[in-house]
Amino acid sequence: MKVKETNIRDLYLSMKKIRAFETTAMDVFAEGKIPGFVHLYIGEEAVATGVCSHLRDDDYITSTHRGHGHIIAKGGDLKYMMAELFGKSTGYCKGKGGSMHIADASKGILGANGIVGAGHNISVGAGLSAKYRETDQVCVCFFGDASTNQGTFHESLNLASIWKIPVVFVCENNNYGISMSQERHQAIKNVADRGAAYGIPGITVDGNDVFAVAEAAGEAVKRARSGLGPTLLECKTYRHRGHFEGDPGSYKPADEQAEWLEKDPINRLASYMKENDILTEEGIRELDAAIDSEIEAAVKFALESPEPELFRAVEDIYDDIIEEVRAR
Amino acid sequence: MKKMTYGEAIREGMSIRMREDKNVLVFGEDVGAFGGCFGVTAGMFQEFGEKRVRDTPISEGVIIGCAVGAAATGLKPIAELMFIDFLTVGMDQLVNQAAKMRYMFGGHISLPMVVRLPAGGGVSAAAQHSQSLEAWLTHVPGLKVVYPATPQDALGLMLSAIDDKDPVMFIEHKAMYAQKGEVKDFSPIPLGVGDIKRQGSDVTIIATGKMVHEALSAAAELEKDGISCEVLDPRTLYPLDKELIRTSLEKTHRAVIVSEENKRGGYGGEISAMISEEFFDLLDAPIARVGALNTPIPFAVCLEQYVLPNAKDVVSAVKGIL
Repeated sequence: MKVKETNIRDLYLSMKKIRAFETTAMDVFAEGKIPGFVHLYIGEEAVATGVCSHLRDDDYITSTHRGHGHIIAKGGDLKYMMAELFGKSTGYCKGKGGSMHIADASKGILGANGIVGAGHNISVGAGLSAKYRETDQVCVCFFGDASTNQGTFHESLNLASIWKIPVVFVCENNNYGISMSQERHQAIKNVADRGAAYGIPGITVDGNDVFAVAEAAGEAVKRARSGLGPTLLECKTYRHRGHFEGDPGSYKPADEQAEWLEKDPINRLASYMKENDILTEEGIRELDAAIDSEIEAAVKFALESPEPELFRAVEDIYDDIIEEVRAR
Repeated sequence: MKKMTYGEAIREGMSIRMREDKNVLVFGEDVGAFGGCFGVTAGMFQEFGEKRVRDTPISEGVIIGCAVGAAATGLKPIAELMFIDFLTVGMDQLVNQAAKMRYMFGGHISLPMVVRLPAGGGVSAAAQHSQSLEAWLTHVPGLKVVYPATPQDALGLMLSAIDDKDPVMFIEHKAMYAQKGEVKDFSPIPLGVGDIKRQGSDVTIIATGKMVHEALSAAAELEKDGISCEVLDPRTLYPLDKELIRTSLEKTHRAVIVSEENKRGGYGGEISAMISEEFFDLLDAPIARVGALNTPIPFAVCLEQYVLPNAKDVVSAVKGIL
């Protein structure tokens, strides 16, 4: 593997940060402290981390309803994320978006999305924008296996392909669309096979191996930046939790779950670091502790932040045009 | 002053901004060398090149979604749909994405994009190519909705639509593309400011799009009977120029609302409800609405004419409340 040691530490930090954020979100949701739905990314951390390790702040991502991991890996601030989950005024969306809709324009995060497959189209627009403005920015479009049955997937890959748009389509194949396993919702084993229909490379990697993801994503990002167009990158991974918190996930066979738990991406990377003397057990514990205190601070920030003032409900939609034009 | 068709005026509006701002671009089905299904973009491909006037595959969802992504990242896209009816294919991208982004993300992403939507009947295009979906669009917070009735309005409103930071739905009546009119002014017409197309004192006729012309014909007819009609064209459905409606009702105390939509659930009903709620004390008679029959738009010429509202219907409606 060609990843440098310092980068391995960063990969671990990112993955662990996502895991810690998600387990905390799980706990506060179970305690009834946050409203709405929460869809957790636990088990899929290597995908967002490996892919985003190649992105700059000015690159774009579109995300999904299971978006926390993408946003953290792209550099989102845990305090503002947590505050948004709590519906507080200090949240990324001032409490108007919630878990499923976090965005940060300054980091190129064009939003998590409550509609399965909607980000495909938006990613093509962002990629078109980069190409049109003649920058070398790229857009990464994250999506699940089930969203590849939506028309948006096909429309977007087709348009991105003919226009050579700098998008990397990253399929997080976690084997489930809500409760429906991949073998029940599509007749193919590898989503990447669909790349052939659009004349673009389709690559399948072990999505729980952060090095494999990073290596393949690096190639795809390089290809996009150099004007060669999109890639369909499929990362095989597994969703440890149910579709949403409150869904016990009883449709997932026990042996399947056990098998995937064995392949947990974070444990795998921790073992690798110990075996290769990159970090000792104690070094890892120190990193974990630092992350835990960052998460704790984020929760404290969220808890102490005020609720949005009610008049904010009519902000961020239109400006008062009529009064404005009458005054001219 | 210049004589221009409605279609040319829309093109001129787009071209003015494209000459000034390289971030403005046009894409849609056959808008390039072909010049657009109704010829509205004719010549733009030659002037601005294939980078800025782009043919897309027949994929309405990604046309609208692509505009969303482009607008969120610094461009000012103008997306053309061949017919407003095809909006149904891309409705998620419009309703759940374009209309929601600015609000749901707390205001830190805005979408300066225009979607051009040829609407309306009268050309025997039948039920899937003739609809008036104003009510669908105006119902969704986050969208602005423009519907010009003359070349002058089309040009001025297109400039404002491109300048706007919100997604603007630009409804064009397909039967008016060849209609000529004078264009005196090449500056933007602000969204939210209606226009009095004819002064009058007995009844206010509020009409949009092609119905403005039906209303004007009706007013000319009614004048022969000594009835003086004021014809108001809101020009933008959202924001709606309530002030103009109020001022007119203070004079006439009677309102007839004319829209080409199927009458049931149409935006004309919203205008009517607004007048009832806010200006009830100005009224001396019930509000009358004129709209299409509540059927899909039929193909046969005689049937289509029967279903769509026209000047005769407006005349009856006015007489009915006098």
